[in-house]
Amino acid sequence: MSAAGARAWSVELYDVLVRQGIRQVAYVPDAGHSDLIERCGANPAMETTVLTTEEEGIALLGGAWLGGDRGILLMQSSGVGNCVNMLSLIENCRMPFVTLITMRGEWGEFNPWQAPMGLATPDVLSRMNVQVHRVEVAKDAAATLDAAISQSYDGMLASAVLLSQRLIGRKDFEAED
Amino acid sequence: MTVNLPLLDRRETVARLLRDRGELLVVSGLGSATYDVAAAGDDPRNFYLWGAMGGTAAMALGLALAQPERPVLAVTGDGDMLMGMGSLATIGAKRPSNLSVVVLDNEVYGETGAQPTAIAHGVDLVRVARGCGLEAPDDIRDMNGVGTLVERIHRSDGPLFANIKIDAREHARVLPARDGAWLRSRFREAVLGLAP
Ligand SMILES: Cc1ncc(C[n+]2csc(CCOP(=O)(O)OP(=O)(O)O)c2C)c(N)n1
Repeated sequence: MSAAGARAWSVELYDVLVRQGIRQVAYVPDAGHSDLIERCGANPAMETTVLTTEEEGIALLGGAWLGGDRGILLMQSSGVGNCVNMLSLIENCRMPFVTLITMRGEWGEFNPWQAPMGLATPDVLSRMNVQVHRVEVAKDAAATLDAAISQSYDGMLASAVLLSQRLIGRKDFEAED
Repeated sequence: MTVNLPLLDRRETVARLLRDRGELLVVSGLGSATYDVAAAGDDPRNFYLWGAMGGTAAMALGLALAQPERPVLAVTGDGDMLMGMGSLATIGAKRPSNLSVVVLDNEVYGETGAQPTAIAHGVDLVRVARGCGLEAPDDIRDMNGVGTLVERIHRSDGPLFANIKIDAREHARVLPARDGAWLRSRFREAVLGLAP
């Protein structure tokens, strides 16, 4: 996990989830989320669910909210492409929805296969009526997520927080892990 | 020797599943499953999907995790289940004992003109579900089997999966409300006591 372990911004994001009463955390892993996934998994008050595909997370969190739980979907930008039609559930039902997305394919990306959805992610989300908040620098991450969760669960909106690749750091393909 | 009994009727099957439903919370998959659940009697604790194909079982999972004290039932078609087959793995990993997924298996995409699904070509959802770690009886083909299934659903010792072989006959549509925002408010009011 190299530098991911103790990055201050991911600790702050975890604290926001706890403070906001997020109970269900659904994810398809991305390296940038690994610390947050670990922290949530270690909290017995949270239900963490590993998905086979990101669109499951949208349906799952819709069901969770029907049952009174707040939730969040963690994914990387490529996963947004797997979600498009399932977002119609959120729009039709005017359900609250929050997703935290690690961006790939936009800052020193080594792997060109990440680029198409990296480029398309903000537009695809906007077209599906998900409000997009982009975070460029670490000091804005927690406040942005906090605002997005409030706006979603108090204001019945769908929101996405995009953590830019510059913030997360490039993936080092030459490293051992 | 195998005896070929007539296949089950979907409306009778779903009516039996939901008779004396107690605390049961229901999510129904788009198309005929939604019409069948509506035909069995509208209830605010039914959440009817009209789209979101492939999402029925995953939605029921989120609900089951949020409401662990109540039995939760997903009722859907084989086409919807095949699209969301990965969610059986997701359910198998979480193992909520109060969740049951019931497939009304007519081996076709009935809603779109009865094109055969992969089931018609030999794919076996019961074995998929077992492979994912769900409790799954053999394909259910008669009303006795449906009756036993109902008992298991209410026992909440799952996660449970059942594939019910039904005939492919189309019934007159029974259309519940399709305003999702209204349906979700009604559901939350009934289950959580929350005003919209
Ligand atoms: C993403 C998506 N793909 C395709 C469709 C078209 N469609 C609507 S209902 C349906 C078939 C559903 O089949 P099944 O779940 O087996 O139910 P049945 O009608 O046979 O009871 C399809 C393919 C759709 N609504 N959404």
